[in-house]
Amino acid sequence: MSAVFDILASAGLWAAVFRIATPLILGTLGALLCERAGVLNLGIEGIMTFGAMIGWLTVYNGADLWTGFLVAALAGGLFGLLHAGLTVTLGLSQHVAGLGVTLFAASFSYYVFRLAVPVAGTPPTITPFQPIAIPGLSDLPFVGPAFFVQTPPTYVAILLALVLAYLIFRTPLGLAIRMTGENPHAAEAQGINPMAVRYGAVIAGSALMGMAGAFLTLSAFNSFFPTMVQGRGWICIALVVFSSWRPERALLGALLFAFFDGFQLRLQTVLGGAVPYQLFLMIPYVLSIAALALMARRARVPQALMQPYRRGER
Amino acid sequence: MRFERREHRSVALVIATPLIAIASALAIAGVLIVIAGAPVLEAYWRILQGAFGSRLAATETLTRATPLILTGLAAAVAFRARLWNIGAEGQLYFGAITVAWASSRFLGDMPSILQIPLLLMLGALAGMALLLVPLWMRLRFSVDEVVTTLLLNFVAVLIVSMLIDTVLKDPMAFGWPQSQPVADAAMLPKILARSRLHIGLLIAVVLALVLAFVEARTVFGLQSRAAGLNPQGAAYAGVPLKRTLVIVACISGGLAGLAGAVEVMGVQGYVTTELSRGYGYSGIVVAMLANLNPFGVVLAGLFTATMFVGADGMSRSLGIPSYIADVIVALSLLTMLIAVFFTQYRIRR
Repeated sequence: MSAVFDILASAGLWAAVFRIATPLILGTLGALLCERAGVLNLGIEGIMTFGAMIGWLTVYNGADLWTGFLVAALAGGLFGLLHAGLTVTLGLSQHVAGLGVTLFAASFSYYVFRLAVPVAGTPPTITPFQPIAIPGLSDLPFVGPAFFVQTPPTYVAILLALVLAYLIFRTPLGLAIRMTGENPHAAEAQGINPMAVRYGAVIAGSALMGMAGAFLTLSAFNSFFPTMVQGRGWICIALVVFSSWRPERALLGALLFAFFDGFQLRLQTVLGGAVPYQLFLMIPYVLSIAALALMARRARVPQALMQPYRRGER
Repeated sequence: MRFERREHRSVALVIATPLIAIASALAIAGVLIVIAGAPVLEAYWRILQGAFGSRLAATETLTRATPLILTGLAAAVAFRARLWNIGAEGQLYFGAITVAWASSRFLGDMPSILQIPLLLMLGALAGMALLLVPLWMRLRFSVDEVVTTLLLNFVAVLIVSMLIDTVLKDPMAFGWPQSQPVADAAMLPKILARSRLHIGLLIAVVLALVLAFVEARTVFGLQSRAAGLNPQGAAYAGVPLKRTLVIVACISGGLAGLAGAVEVMGVQGYVTTELSRGYGYSGIVVAMLANLNPFGVVLAGLFTATMFVGADGMSRSLGIPSYIADVIVALSLLTMLIAVFFTQYRIRR
């Protein structure tokens, strides 16, 4: 019991929570934006993989870290364009199209990576983002090192969650996105072009997914390896439901989730070999499933989610 | 520009669709091969040679096609009823580990003629059990099964990893995490001597035939299709939706579990976490390429296996990363989706 308390009282845990949460925040926001406009984007897992690869590769070839981040976002946007083409223009099954995008983006990442970086015993590394202490706040006892010494993308992710919450609920553009996700026919009657809104939302959302992936290679780790995304994309899809499609709750959900993950990582080292480590690794996935079961009924799903829109067709 | 539904679909067009899709995928992947600095036609020729150029290569390709046909059938059956089972990977591992456990612990002394069918059945049951969890969650809490089946894949592999690290660990494996082997009597007979090709292929093909019959000629086949096309309409017409979905899930999960059992009993003899090379996920592509048709699944499974086996050889001789096979397979899913769309719609200005 005191071990548990020690973990909770260590600033290291809380700092780690924000680090673990960052890709989840970005990915969940991306998936949420797509779904608010009515498009489920299961391309997320592959887009994150590609973002992680291309962001890393850009920096490895001499660009600076922010350029790597930007390239990952652009690449994510391109995959978003592909997904939107399949699901918005052609109106294909969003489930299958998304899985296709994931399979393609992931295998394409591995192909490009293998082509650019020859097989080596130890994977090559880059110098990742370094934590930045916020002046003043970071000097506070406990709270400072726990919350205010993070790498820059973490601050960006938190800021983006707040910006997106404002955008979706407080601006005309946000209203257009929500209407398109709830009732595209009504949106069109109001002079909104549902196709354009969906394209925009899916491209922007996928760009966020690309950034989520890039965080893994440019901040959390310093190298790229296949299967490093490890289902984080699918967890984000679950977190969207858990957050009931609200950005500010997505932020809290991702942090709550990261808390459990960070906690189990530390518990692993305390308990050592007494419990198989796989049981700990299972926790994030099991938690996601539990969260889905808990929230699915209560969540307010965008009514036109997964329904293709064709002008003049009901 | 807008799309208009085609009133009539010619049979020739439907048959040509996957061929057009595959050709397009190969063309796009060709660009990637050029970028890598290799001659495209030679690369594809070497893939063919690598997959069929010798007796060994051909039997290897057929061996690799076996689990792909089974997971392809698992996806096809489920998708037809709009049950999005993306969890074949996890179900496959559940089937595999169950077989290793049962044979190494209890059934090892049983003669082949009893042990093999019993183990295959247990493997299928394990796959079923894993799919019934997300199905129950869909029916009870209306949770989208896509995400839950995907997440359960990770859970299943971790459970297997834990078991082969602890209670089912093979003490003779020099510390490698691998399961205790199945008994010799549990190994599937070979189709051809001096090859790895086992009767799992025959099992897969026979099951494809059975499924084709069930889907085309039985009440259940009709009900499962109706449940997929229009659930409300089907319910109104008296289709027992829940029961239909449960049966579909049992078949789908069972086939995926069987894929794992067959892979252990036919090829490797034991379980590691590298048993499946993404067979569960490739099965989705196989099913879509086949347009969810069981006969088509056999051919699509063969195509996918050709790419995977052939790319290994091509990669060694031309220096192209063998991931090109995964790229081609994924691309052919996307091109197939687009091609099917254009068999259903035409462009109108």
